[in-house]
Amino acid sequence: MAGHDHDHDHDHHHEHGSELSETQLRVRALETILTEKGYVDPAALDAIIEAYETKIGPRNGAVVVAKAWTDPAYKQALLDDASKAVASLGHMSRVGDHLVAVENTPQRHNMIVCTLCSCYPWEVLGLPPVWYKSAPYRSRAVKDPRGVLADFGIDLPKETEVRVWDSTAETRFLVLPMRPAGTEGWSEERLADLVTRDSMIGAGLAKKPEELAR
Amino acid sequence: MTSIDTAAAKRAAEAVPSIPCDAEGPVFREPWEAQAFAMALALHARKLFTWPEWAATLSAEIKKAQTAGDPDTGETYYRHWLNTLERLVSEKGVADATTLKRYFDAWDHAADRTPHGAPIELKPEDFS
Repeated sequence: MAGHDHDHDHDHHHEHGSELSETQLRVRALETILTEKGYVDPAALDAIIEAYETKIGPRNGAVVVAKAWTDPAYKQALLDDASKAVASLGHMSRVGDHLVAVENTPQRHNMIVCTLCSCYPWEVLGLPPVWYKSAPYRSRAVKDPRGVLADFGIDLPKETEVRVWDSTAETRFLVLPMRPAGTEGWSEERLADLVTRDSMIGAGLAKKPEELAR
Repeated sequence: MTSIDTAAAKRAAEAVPSIPCDAEGPVFREPWEAQAFAMALALHARKLFTWPEWAATLSAEIKKAQTAGDPDTGETYYRHWLNTLERLVSEKGVADATTLKRYFDAWDHAADRTPHGAPIELKPEDFS
């Protein structure tokens, strides 16, 4: 597991300990014992979980983004109070109270880092990619976000500012990606297919219409 | 490293018919469910049990829970799965209930001393 290597300003609250549910404690206890005894390899477990990462959690974020693209009033409500706007769609029971939506524009690209413990809103975004939790990724994303994006094949225009948000237990983020060109008149349902998990954490862009057919 | 792929997961889903699936394979409501599923796959690959044996134990756990008033709505499926894991791990002599409890308490202690936002890691002092 990665060490605590935050080397940037953050405002995690340190007066409270973390909490794991009884179920999470049992799962961790089993995994530790089985790993120590050589019955399971944590990397093999990660590989299985990675294979199913798109099958874990409801991934309702794409629906939220597609609605914000088509409904200006909903978009405003989402940017004003994401927890409330997401909950208003009715199918998410445990979004948490402190979800903040940040909007990508030609002037600014938002990226989210720090996905430790309960910080990551997997109820909205699905499971984070395994690499996303790695310490080198987190520290590089803070120091050189443009370089990290370039590694993912995203070259942003020079005039686009890159803003990195550090997700904490208190505040969790959802990136509202830019709506791709050539999608005028599309239904919410069709638009939702363009919204990838990576685009909602700012590690990618929404798919272009021509990428759907591939 | 034991190699495990989605084909192994598909075979598991066929052998244990009650696993919640969509057209492509198993689906999970929460991350811990996927972890519990992955552990069973790994232990099966290590031949700790066969799938028929797993299915029989799981079915006994589900019956036990139903007798105790489990609503059986499918939402509790992986709770039974986790009970089954603990039971087989204990029956096969990998770790008894006392050991499981010791690690459970240690993780609880580790979570307690870890500030919010930091990764929770198990350290030797968590066992004291």
